[in-house]
Amino acid sequence: MTERIKAPPTRLGSGGDKVFRGIIIFLALCIVAIFVLSIYQLVSGGWETFSKYGLGFFFTSGWSPAKDSYAALSFIASTVLTSVLALIIAVPLAVASAIFITEYAPKWLAEPVSYLVELLAAIPSVIYGLWAIFVMAPIIQGWQLQILQNPQLNAIPLLHVDIPSGRGLITAVLILAIMVIPYTASISRDVIRLVPRDQREAAYALGATKWEVIWKAILPYARAGILGGVILSLGRALGETMAVAMVIGNRAALPTSIFDATATLASVIASEFGESGGLQLSSLIALGFILFLLSLVVNFTARAIIAKLTPEGIKV
Amino acid sequence: MTASTPQKVILSAQDVAIYYGTKDAVRHVNLDVVSNTVNALIGPSGCGKTTFLRAINRMHDVTPNTRVTGKILLEGEDIYAADQDPVTIRRRIGMVFQKPNPFPTMSIYDNVASGLKLAGVRDRKILDGIVEQSLRQAALWEEVKDRLKTPATGLSGGQQQRLCIARALAVQPEILLMDEPTSALDPQSTARIEDLLGELKKDVTILIVTHNMQQAARVSDTTSFFLIGDLVEHGPTDQIFTNPKDKRTEGYITGRFG
Ligand SMILES: Nc1ncnc2c1ncn2[C@@H]1O[C@H](COP(=O)(O)OP(=O)(O)OP(=O)(O)O)[C@@H](O)[C@H]1O
Ligand SMILES: [Mg+2]
Repeated sequence: MTERIKAPPTRLGSGGDKVFRGIIIFLALCIVAIFVLSIYQLVSGGWETFSKYGLGFFFTSGWSPAKDSYAALSFIASTVLTSVLALIIAVPLAVASAIFITEYAPKWLAEPVSYLVELLAAIPSVIYGLWAIFVMAPIIQGWQLQILQNPQLNAIPLLHVDIPSGRGLITAVLILAIMVIPYTASISRDVIRLVPRDQREAAYALGATKWEVIWKAILPYARAGILGGVILSLGRALGETMAVAMVIGNRAALPTSIFDATATLASVIASEFGESGGLQLSSLIALGFILFLLSLVVNFTARAIIAKLTPEGIKV
Repeated sequence: MTASTPQKVILSAQDVAIYYGTKDAVRHVNLDVVSNTVNALIGPSGCGKTTFLRAINRMHDVTPNTRVTGKILLEGEDIYAADQDPVTIRRRIGMVFQKPNPFPTMSIYDNVASGLKLAGVRDRKILDGIVEQSLRQAALWEEVKDRLKTPATGLSGGQQQRLCIARALAVQPEILLMDEPTSALDPQSTARIEDLLGELKKDVTILIVTHNMQQAARVSDTTSFFLIGDLVEHGPTDQIFTNPKDKRTEGYITGRFG
């Protein structure tokens, strides 16, 4: 019989836990404080506007620094419109790229492609803006000139061209779409990779083709995660400022044609904040408050939808 | 099965070898399976039971770098022949996995109907009929008939496994492959599934992998003993368990019985 080796006593009680706990709670409270403070700042900064216009500020259009009269509706509508249109273009492309990377591409191709997609997210938005001005705008201007030469096309309200500047709704939507693709794509890729092998095999074993396995087993299983990626993209699109401000034309009106210049909440703040004061400044801060609310609503709705779509049994 | 019943060989493996990359996981397996019987595959962990089972419904096709050589004849036709479609093969040879794997976003009903829908069956009446029939075959109907539209993940583990059996049966395969179908289940659920097999073999030929010797002895008509990639011995279950011809089989079985 050999002697049993005793493990030496190693630790000193749990005193360290309390200190750590204290630090964590303090840091968490800091975040809450920052959150509350920013709401306070936005509301107090925009108070002049809120007290002058009341709820009417949210629900009417007509923003005119010249007449010193302000209203938010056209910006809210344009913000939602550009973001939603951008997602409609971006999401199918992003999900398709995620499917390609996870299900079709051989390893040597999947790695670099997926790295490239991620890299897209790291490019500063001012670079996207410059690219949109120097590369995309001239192309769109070309389309506009063609439409101007063709009265029949120009008579279609949705395609009507006022000024062939190459800047406007469509330019902003396209650049936004490109900018948000990496968010949806990389999250979709990750959640698709996490779909358990036995889910795929269950479908194969029932006589599913590869395509059917993707549609019937993989995408349904991953749908909550993919939606999470879409919502993240939506959040990015709603708040994107620089690139949009550079190409959207900054006109405080609702667009009626895809080529119209318009302005989003973020873009008007960026373009007018510098030289504003008084009621205009207050109104810009009020717009900031609205953008903040919009992001909150998007976030909460997203959580609710994701919770509902997450398959029972894999909920965390 | 009585001696007078004509014995039809439904599945025949001929010199089957299976490779992962260059490593051979299964070698030179020759095995005939008679229709409407339950066949147990036993052997120590890592001996190639799963590997062999997955060759039978061409499941290895979907994992890269895996190769199957030799012939596997289903009713006399080689399922690996160039003109065979793996999708059709898998409809004729169903599979139940070790861990219950219902589709979590689908209801109980949709899980069972999923294979039929993939096969293009749209007629509601036919779907309803086959869903009920399959759930009855899997001895699950009475427990779920009032909640067919609820999520499949609301079922217990044992019920989920019977649901997966019903799902596999719904496409009416000729052969059902089961890879340790009860290893994740409690004794009661295990007993229910074992009881099922006796009924099921009227309609379908079963190959079942199991680590449980008593289970193999209880449910199967024939037993195949695998060891490190080789099929060591194959024969009627009674004979394998009472009078094995090979020393290694005897060692394994007695070892397990303790
Ligand atoms: N995808 C794979 N790639 C490479 N080798 C594999 C793969 N799957 C299995 N193997 C190897 O093949 C051999 C047989 O494995 P298999 O899973 O068929 O064993 P098994 O008899 O089913 O074991 P268990 O009883 O533990 O399930 C093992 O040595 C295993 O390591
Ligand atoms: Mg196995």
